[in-house]
Amino acid sequence: MTDTLVPAPLRQAAPLADGTDAEARPVFAEQRRWLGLTATGWQKILAPIAIGLIVLALWEFIVRQAGIPYYILPGPLRIFTTLIADWGTLSGSLWITLQITGLALLAAVLVGGALSILFTQSKWLEYSLFPYAIVLQVTPIVAIAPLIIIWVNDTLLSLLICAWIVAFFPILSNTILGLNSADHNLINLFQLYGASRWQMLRYLRLPAALPYFLGGLRISGGLALIGAVVAEFVAGSGGTASGLAFRILEAGYQLKIPRMFAALAMVSGAGIVIFLVLSLISHLLLRRWHESAIRREN
Amino acid sequence: MAWAASNAAKTVAATANRPLIVLRGIAKRYSNGTTAVTGLDLDLHAGEFVSLLGPSGCGKSTVLRMIAGLGEPSAGSIDWPTSDHDAHGRPLRDVGFVFQEATLMPWATAQQNVMLPLTLKKVATREAAARAQAALAAVGLDSFRRAYPRELSGGMKMRVSIARALVTEPKVLLLDEPFAALDEITRQKLNDDLLALWAKAGFTVLFVTHSVFESVYLSQRVMVMAARPGRVIADVAIDAPLVRDASFRTSPHYAASCRAVSAKLVEAIAA
Repeated sequence: MTDTLVPAPLRQAAPLADGTDAEARPVFAEQRRWLGLTATGWQKILAPIAIGLIVLALWEFIVRQAGIPYYILPGPLRIFTTLIADWGTLSGSLWITLQITGLALLAAVLVGGALSILFTQSKWLEYSLFPYAIVLQVTPIVAIAPLIIIWVNDTLLSLLICAWIVAFFPILSNTILGLNSADHNLINLFQLYGASRWQMLRYLRLPAALPYFLGGLRISGGLALIGAVVAEFVAGSGGTASGLAFRILEAGYQLKIPRMFAALAMVSGAGIVIFLVLSLISHLLLRRWHESAIRREN
Repeated sequence: MAWAASNAAKTVAATANRPLIVLRGIAKRYSNGTTAVTGLDLDLHAGEFVSLLGPSGCGKSTVLRMIAGLGEPSAGSIDWPTSDHDAHGRPLRDVGFVFQEATLMPWATAQQNVMLPLTLKKVATREAAARAQAALAAVGLDSFRRAYPRELSGGMKMRVSIARALVTEPKVLLLDEPFAALDEITRQKLNDDLLALWAKAGFTVLFVTHSVFESVYLSQRVMVMAARPGRVIADVAIDAPLVRDASFRTSPHYAASCRAVSAKLVEAIAA
């Protein structure tokens, strides 16, 4: 049984001036909470953790039972101890990979956002440039990364460019869609009050595009990490930068398989953290008004 | 009631003068060849409450939008003889518009939504907020300033929409089937509240509807339109007292007016 509580603001608003249909306002039922989370909240956190633990235990069990040598497939415990032992080297590489990812994502937001605004202000610009954005998107990064690495002297910068190319398209196309999806009657209303182009953008198109932009951002966050890792794979040991991809390659050459897995686990972990952080940002920005961030009441 | 008398006096005085809006020979053809409206004449006097009634597709919303300046007529003229004009000779239309849906910005609170017309006209934020609060209070939503549209019922959203249209204190309020999506009880309540606001503030109303009962209950004049192509076929005066309430709905006068307007609407549909 869950208690049905009327939230405080509603109780205060109860005595109303005549002429409102406040009775028609939905009364939100509140669920019981444990340590600040509802039952569904705990479910969301505990279920994947349980699955993860079961799979890891099974992995460890199979490796031990079948006597698989660690240089073929190390068990999770050995990977974990390697991660701790090599933390000094690996954390430095993680930091470099995260820097490239973060900067590439930032550049993707800035360039993707700015281009989408430009494109929606001038159809002419959109028609002439958008096809080339698609060309960049569909060209495999593995194919153009070597060229970029040759052309750009600075390795870090070349990796950044590769990661940016992979990451910027979802932001661009989603934000364009968002900027064009403002309610037509609201556009009429803005025209009625003589809104300038800038006011239309500032008060109508940008807020309307926000959910779309954030959807693109969540995709781009993961893509920026993939771009950074793939580009570093292509750059190989030639570069001076030594991110996680370099550590994976290096460990592979040296047959330090547990270390390879440890670096791989860090890449996955970083990807999950990036996704969670971007989801949190999205939730905080949309929770008051957008359907995607609102719990269904029935 | 004092306000009713003052509004009636205003109407009489204004009628003697030039009308507020004059439409002559208005036609609207769309690029796909359909003719939405043809040969439409309409005079709107200051302080009047006029309804445009007609079957769907008769172009009544089109007329309303053209008066608001959302789309130019293909032929004919819309003049604002008593209004100021800008350097290009275009009239400075002083209108508030209420759409069929509430058309609120979902990311903004009720107060921010009502502030919008003032924000766009670059009124200082503090003054805009105060005026928005007053407008929300006038429609009975004083305690819901900080609510987001999704937290409001359909009737309350429409009240916010009306407050937004009135916050600039326009001379003319244009309403495009504003209560069509609401339930009957909410609709009657909003009808009464709209009449009270009109009587108090003395603006001019052009109200588009497809409900005979609503048009008779609210208006001083009902313009009946026929479809394909849209044109006015009758102008029925509802010379009932200005104070209208539940008792008016049961009066013989109301019944007679509804019959008269219905007969015209039948003609409109047959035409």
